[in-house]
Amino acid sequence: MAVSFFWFLYANFPPSAFTLPNSNEGRILNPMDLSSFLLQQIINAVFLGSIYSLIALGYTMVYGIIELINFAHGELFTAGAFIGLIVLTALQQIGFVDAHFVLTMIIVFGLAMAYVAVLGVAVEHVAYRPLRASSRLSALLSALGMSIFLSNGMMLSQGVSDRPYPQVFGLESIEVMGARITNGQIFIILLAVALMIGLQLFVHRTRLGKAMRATAQNKTMARILGIDIDMTIRITFMIGPALGAAAGVMVGLYYGAVRFDMGFIFMIKAFAAAILGGIGSIPGAMLGGLIIGTIEVMWAAFLPSAWKDVTTFTVLILVLYFRPAGLLGESSTEVRV
Amino acid sequence: MIRQELKKLVVYGFFLAILLIPMLGFKSTTFEPGRAFKTLGVFMAILVLNLIVKTIRSRKKQEDAEPKTPLTERAAERINRFPKIYTLGGLLVVAVAYPMFADNYMIDVAITCLIYVCLGLGLNVVVGLCGLLDLGYIAFYAVGAYTYSILNLTFGLSFWAALPLGIVLGMVVGCIIGYPTLKMRGDYLAIVTLGFGEIVRLVLNNWDSLTAGPNGLFGMKKPALYYPSFAEDSFSWAIYYLKSLPALYYFILLIAILTIISVRRLDNSRIGRAWIAIREDEVAAELSGVPTTWIKLLAYALGAAFASVAGAFFAAKLSYTNPNFFLFMESCIVLSIVVLGGVGSIPGIVIAAFVLIAAPEVFRGLENYRMLAFGGIMTTMMILKPEGIIPASRRRRELHEGEAIKPKE
Repeated sequence: MAVSFFWFLYANFPPSAFTLPNSNEGRILNPMDLSSFLLQQIINAVFLGSIYSLIALGYTMVYGIIELINFAHGELFTAGAFIGLIVLTALQQIGFVDAHFVLTMIIVFGLAMAYVAVLGVAVEHVAYRPLRASSRLSALLSALGMSIFLSNGMMLSQGVSDRPYPQVFGLESIEVMGARITNGQIFIILLAVALMIGLQLFVHRTRLGKAMRATAQNKTMARILGIDIDMTIRITFMIGPALGAAAGVMVGLYYGAVRFDMGFIFMIKAFAAAILGGIGSIPGAMLGGLIIGTIEVMWAAFLPSAWKDVTTFTVLILVLYFRPAGLLGESSTEVRV
Repeated sequence: MIRQELKKLVVYGFFLAILLIPMLGFKSTTFEPGRAFKTLGVFMAILVLNLIVKTIRSRKKQEDAEPKTPLTERAAERINRFPKIYTLGGLLVVAVAYPMFADNYMIDVAITCLIYVCLGLGLNVVVGLCGLLDLGYIAFYAVGAYTYSILNLTFGLSFWAALPLGIVLGMVVGCIIGYPTLKMRGDYLAIVTLGFGEIVRLVLNNWDSLTAGPNGLFGMKKPALYYPSFAEDSFSWAIYYLKSLPALYYFILLIAILTIISVRRLDNSRIGRAWIAIREDEVAAELSGVPTTWIKLLAYALGAAFASVAGAFFAAKLSYTNPNFFLFMESCIVLSIVVLGGVGSIPGIVIAAFVLIAAPEVFRGLENYRMLAFGGIMTTMMILKPEGIIPASRRRRELHEGEAIKPKE
């Protein structure tokens, strides 16, 4: 069914639109390649989707706890990418990367995540904590101000142009039924999945995770039962941005360049993913990320790619209109107020 | 109490310092910590000042049980006693006389400021009165600009013929954006409007046949005035194009004054009270018989209409439009004007527009720090003085009412 749909699209659009992304030769697609082309797109979709999922998790966790959109999340994601860039460049210059590849990755991801976790707590303390009791509009504006501030701070320190990321993965790739998966893609997808599994284990198996779930359900009751709300919120603001930072490094490693304002578009996409999955729900964010990634990649592959961002926004708006609670969200009694 | 506050300040300063690390500038070779320390200094100075003011006030409160009214309120009272017509008349005289003393560059800056006054006041209807956070407001500005451009270039319509169409189209787009989103709560609305703003920009950027894409449209006629002419003993209408900067200045001044008057009238009307009721408590407003969806849609449409007028003027003044004039950052600038001026306060927004738009022009060297300052201002204002520099009286009461009852932490 799906294949016949794509076949229909293929038959009705000029083949010149079908240059393969990721292929250096810019081959024109012929019908024989369609299945491998589709497989390639699915791989790309899973890859992009797992990055969106990681960012969306940050939104959904923060929203679940304090019911506030962390507007600065996109900037924290970018900060993670830049820290990764700085650390990786330094390691490459001393020739560490070639010698200990796995250790390099651990250091790069670890430092970026740790730094952004601290940054996340700082954002929370400076901009959100003083406003916890005041009106929603104030809190939203404060968050937005923080986002503008951070993004321009990064512009001032890192410059306005693209900064190239060191290419560490090389060009080796695996052929699966004609589709090409690079080592980098495999590594990134595996890491993303590992992080998500780790998060699930943390939330469901540890005391802190239990405290987080309790706080998300009912803050007053959690406080009565002796849960340190401030600490729980802080932990949330560490984990969410840390996952975002990991996604930032992944984006840098894969696309080969980072820019101070790249957080904006990723923020909107990830937010769409979080809403699609049901904001506040962790599995929802993962699912939403995958769906948004799939939609975007498939659109870019088969339809005019200039409009692919419009599609994401449209999906976001349609979901909000027809099912504001999202796919896996709680019932919408509270959402509509 | 002071020790406690001091401790809070130190912790706050520590986190603020962490926050400023991204500005330290670890490029591969250079390291510029000065910038971050300067910014930290400014923020700490603001916080310390705030602490001092708080301490003095609490001391005073302990001394005499009757707290004195704060200085700003007394000043406002003093101003109010002075007949308003003189203040406004004086301001008007200054505004009218301005082009006679200023050079072209300064007039140009003033025109930009006045455009932002219109935008700020329009956004004020949505954010300030109705309490809906709109992050895609600049889209309506774009709609106004492009409507005039396209109508003028393809159909040769004059500014005056295109203006009503632009307003109607702006309102229609406002309703299209508003209708699906108004059932959502505040933060969803913020993101969706942000998305819509981007959609409008992307459509302008990609729809080559209509909008010429990233190249933009150019060659629009300036607004014209028609006056009766009796030359050569026959009656006819002569056209005077507002080409010179002073003429454009007077034109936008007129638009800004009309905007101020209409927003003020709206604020005091039945509709304005309905908006404020919705802002305060939507459920209660609905129960009191306010048709919330329609009233909110009206706020959207009217806000869009004001932006559309400003946009049409902007396109006519430059004779050029381009999708990159309508970036998300522009929405943020307009929003910071509303926030700094005081959500819902008309004089505050007018002053804030002049301060925020003219200040970067005066301090050219600090151009790069402009958006950084806007972001900082937004957060700082929300934390220290959420009612803005000149608070609207209703808003101030709303925000500070709880303080007397709120237990000390």
